[in-house]
Amino acid sequence: MGMTASQKILAAHAGLNSVRAGQLIMAEPDLILANDITGPVAINEFKKAGAKCVADRQKIALVMDHFVPNKDIKSAQQCKMCRDFAAEQSLPNFFDVGNMGIEHALLPELGLVGAGDLVIGADSHTCTYGALGAFSTGVGSTDMAAAMMSGKCWFKVPSAIKFDLCGQTKRYVCGKDVILHIIGLIGVDGALYKSMEFTGGGVASLSMDDRFTICNMAIEAGAKNGIFPVDGNAREYMKGRFTRPIVSYEPDPDAEYEKVYNIDLSSLKPTVSFPHLPENAREAGSWGDIKIDQVVIGSCTNGRISDMRAAAEILKGRKVAKNVRVIIIPATQEVYRQCIKEGLAEIFLDAGAVISTPTCGPCLGGYMGILAEGERAVSTTNRNFVGRMGHKSSEVYLASPYVAAASAVTGKLSAPDEI
Amino acid sequence: MDIKGKVFRYGDDVDTDVIIPARYLNDSSEKALASHCMEDLDPDFVKQVRAGDIIVAGDNFGCGSSREHAPLAIKASGVSLVIANSFARIFYRNSINIGLPILECPAAVKGIKAGDEVSADLSKGEIINETTGEKFSAEPFPPFIQNIIDKGGLLKSLS
Repeated sequence: MGMTASQKILAAHAGLNSVRAGQLIMAEPDLILANDITGPVAINEFKKAGAKCVADRQKIALVMDHFVPNKDIKSAQQCKMCRDFAAEQSLPNFFDVGNMGIEHALLPELGLVGAGDLVIGADSHTCTYGALGAFSTGVGSTDMAAAMMSGKCWFKVPSAIKFDLCGQTKRYVCGKDVILHIIGLIGVDGALYKSMEFTGGGVASLSMDDRFTICNMAIEAGAKNGIFPVDGNAREYMKGRFTRPIVSYEPDPDAEYEKVYNIDLSSLKPTVSFPHLPENAREAGSWGDIKIDQVVIGSCTNGRISDMRAAAEILKGRKVAKNVRVIIIPATQEVYRQCIKEGLAEIFLDAGAVISTPTCGPCLGGYMGILAEGERAVSTTNRNFVGRMGHKSSEVYLASPYVAAASAVTGKLSAPDEI
Repeated sequence: MDIKGKVFRYGDDVDTDVIIPARYLNDSSEKALASHCMEDLDPDFVKQVRAGDIIVAGDNFGCGSSREHAPLAIKASGVSLVIANSFARIFYRNSINIGLPILECPAAVKGIKAGDEVSADLSKGEIINETTGEKFSAEPFPPFIQNIIDKGGLLKSLS
């Protein structure tokens, strides 16, 4: 039996010729990641276990992104703990206010992750790096602590579902619409414990930012990882960033897939996931009249430069609707700088939006845009669970930057071609 | 480990944001986490839960974030076992790694109601609904995972 691309990466990092679905293995990740929420728990566990020194300081990344610049004293304490640990262990990849960004936008941008890598992160959206042809998956803080100590992590080799993409997306349809459509199709546990492998002639037309968005939300279908083939677009993105050799793993012709979905990208419309699960996906035309109070454009899902450009394309020369608060959060310092250089920042300010420094803040109801009782937000983030962005009676509608920006202008959930 | 307690019953897709909302993630102490456990789903949980109690839920329990604070909050609130049709994978790993007992058993989920008294023998994967007398059997863990549980968590199993 042949192996999937995901299985090949796991086998290579476990020193095995082959692995099969269900097999339990010990493998050595190329990068181990945590943030200011999960890092402190991992550091505590690391110390409790009596560990003195990390196995390989080059392979650890600590990114302060969830509650920074610190929202309160407790958050400041948590960051301090990470900062002290990074200093004590001389970690070269510690990112704090001034050079940080939202972790899953920052690490690819800096070339710390790339094709053929095995990456674990104490953050569920670590699956983002599959866009580059890496096997990357979220784990917990104890896994992080164990990997920092031993350089290793245990895995159950996943089976896989194949998504064969064809065609090209229409205007105003992007990676976010693709993944919301897929989650709507298979459900929030449709890929539970499995790999989502994207392939087919439609891949070439998807930008790297589209692919990051698609892999980012693989976890919202329960998947262990999402992964794209390494094509010219991916190589171009990694050029000048990723310094290790690019290794491209392709599935064997007889690799086993539990299911194959054929998705025609040209048939997709702008898609929004209604409260309170990402699987409640609805296409434009079936949204009804949903009045909104807030718009958030940013996050590890949609805070990259093409997302900023999409928002600016809609907001240019227009004004945000009365009584709607629009919060735009470039995901990294580099994206922020680019927004200024390209004049996007001015478009946002002219429209009546605010621009925040990079932070995960509002996505998980931390700060920088918490919703009051009964309020509704259209957000380019990744989860719309009960209470996710604030009061438990508030509602989050997950959407692309085009839909979010269009809704900001009209004050109700709107498709970009409605304005 | 002796497991016996009263059942709190929940549905499908109980996510980590309702198990422990992110607004409380600025403090990872067990006491703080336990005091807000299940707050946005069942505000009475914290008031009513007693040491040994059991959570029974449907599909995909613990979906969402990788926050280990979620199983930690449940464990710190005194819960001795979570039974579900299925668990989200990171929650599953985290529970094993921190030593929160979990069992996948759709038959038990079907046969147990809120408020029932339930006992379980983890080594045998046996679940008994003491209120109705019905018995269920869950798939045992593979030896690799059982070893982590027996040693009291991942870090102890490595040292």
